[in-house]
Amino acid sequence: MPNALPFERLPTNNAEWVTVYIEGQPVKVRQGDSAAAAVLAAGLQPSRTTVVSGSGRTPYCLMGVCFECLLQIDGVENVQGCMTPAREGMQIMSQKQARQLNDSNPSTLKPDDLKNSHIKKEGTVV
Amino acid sequence: MNTPEYDLVIIGAGPAGMSAATTASSHGLKVAILDEQTAPGGQIYRSISSPAIADESILGADYYHGRALLSAMRYAGVDYFPSSSVWTVSSELFISFSREGKSSKIQAKKLLIATGAQERPVPFLGWTLPGVMTCGAAQILLKSSGLTPAGPLVLAGSGPLLLLIAAQLNRAGVEIEAILDTTPKGRYLKSIRHLPGALRNLPLLLKGLGLLTELKRAGIRYINNAEQLKALPDDTGLLTKLQYKTDESTETLNCKTLLVHQGVVPNVQLTRALQLEHQWDELQQCWKPTLDSWGESSQTGIFVAGDSSGIAGARAAEYMGELTAQRIAQQLDKLSQETLLLQTAKTGRLLQQQQAIRPFLDAMYQPADEFLKPSDETLVCRCEEVTAGQIRSMVAQGCTGPNQTKAFSRAGMGPCQGRLCGLTVAQIIADERQVPVSEVGYYQIRTPIKPLTIGELADLAE
Ligand code: FES
Repeated sequence: MPNALPFERLPTNNAEWVTVYIEGQPVKVRQGDSAAAAVLAAGLQPSRTTVVSGSGRTPYCLMGVCFECLLQIDGVENVQGCMTPAREGMQIMSQKQARQLNDSNPSTLKPDDLKNSHIKKEGTVV
Repeated sequence: MNTPEYDLVIIGAGPAGMSAATTASSHGLKVAILDEQTAPGGQIYRSISSPAIADESILGADYYHGRALLSAMRYAGVDYFPSSSVWTVSSELFISFSREGKSSKIQAKKLLIATGAQERPVPFLGWTLPGVMTCGAAQILLKSSGLTPAGPLVLAGSGPLLLLIAAQLNRAGVEIEAILDTTPKGRYLKSIRHLPGALRNLPLLLKGLGLLTELKRAGIRYINNAEQLKALPDDTGLLTKLQYKTDESTETLNCKTLLVHQGVVPNVQLTRALQLEHQWDELQQCWKPTLDSWGESSQTGIFVAGDSSGIAGARAAEYMGELTAQRIAQQLDKLSQETLLLQTAKTGRLLQQQQAIRPFLDAMYQPADEFLKPSDETLVCRCEEVTAGQIRSMVAQGCTGPNQTKAFSRAGMGPCQGRLCGLTVAQIIADERQVPVSEVGYYQIRTPIKPLTIGELADLAE
């Protein structure tokens, strides 16, 4: 549930507005907003909790560097919110205790997995 | 399936990437740009194809200069791939990237890395609290969404971007409680010997002074020599106060949003992953790839231009992109060595003028020690929640470099792959061991440099 003070919108150039659902609540955002921007515009803080201590975080860099904007988007865990454009009907949830991207989440891989994957051995990756 | 071939593939569509693309295609080269963002511009000209804010005076003319670069690139007929994350490059310059969940591959005769800068990590007590974000992040929200931060708002840090974003927010009517300048005392003296160089770029120097005057005129509280920042949470864990010290006393400000900034550093994730040679820049306190005067790296055929080659700013990036593209065209026999020298003389001079101010800025705005080598209790690795004290005790137990502390503490092993702790960890280790940072080294970055899905891998295996 949005709880913090939302970021405010200046008068903007014309653009489409889309409705996204943040923790189930409809929020109108501007086409061109990222999912992370949508979360800030709605005042959802924290937008994720860490796996180690469960402490709260919000988007920090908005340029794809820090991975503090991990969100659950349309049912997919650990999506980098600042690199994901908001789309009509998008369901955005805070990411609880985001697991390591390579633990127990079969949908994502990191370097260590790749090193051991058969695909690498077949030589088609590099 | 045939792999599409290009004369030049550019990674990144900021000023360096855009100008390189335009120049290269003017020589008849077939050019592709792979861009992680959804639209060209990089961070500095972010959303320049459809700026969010109606009032153009807020961001200022420097931002809208990006339009000229963009239209030149569009006119040149470059293949532009948005939302494309490069995750590996082979030695034959096969480039693998993923786009909207699908993986693809293209081949390049020459590769130009123009991945720009990232903000320098700014560790201090409480920097992970919800409500703390970088000045760059606030600027991106302005450019692409027209969003302004929730108040009370405080800015803290050092460097030109701190003043710029403060001025932009002020023009937008956002109330700023205070600006805390963390530039340590004595910096003016230290940087003064670089002033003659800086005077070669008088317009930029005056712009900086102009921003200061603008902020003072607006009546914004400006606190010099702020130290020992500590962000404090309320009982729900959100940022509520910022504590700091000055000469006289310890003070506390109410704040719901804190924007921090300690300058920018080259984004070396890809250049590291490709195992290009790097060197430590003592004045800029960061790593940068080792390049020849045309931007060619230790691996023949791979070039780096713009801020990812060393911080010099947007205009310099634009000139570097052009020079590098000319050199590439010459290597591909589109022009002779003499023509190359003739055609690049003027831009070369413009570039030097831009670079001349750097030593002054770098000496003036080198971050205070408390951000380079933070206190023991401060988290340095945000992902795995490892403190500076843990790193220090690992050094005491015999760890000599970041890859060892990574193995023992997981610092650098989280999703950001060390982007936000790599510099700090190396500097703490160097400081503890009393050796230069260059001796301590950096994380070994492996590909893929972005997490991949199994689906994306499977596409490639087909
Ligand atoms: S906010 Fe830093 S990666 Fe998204």
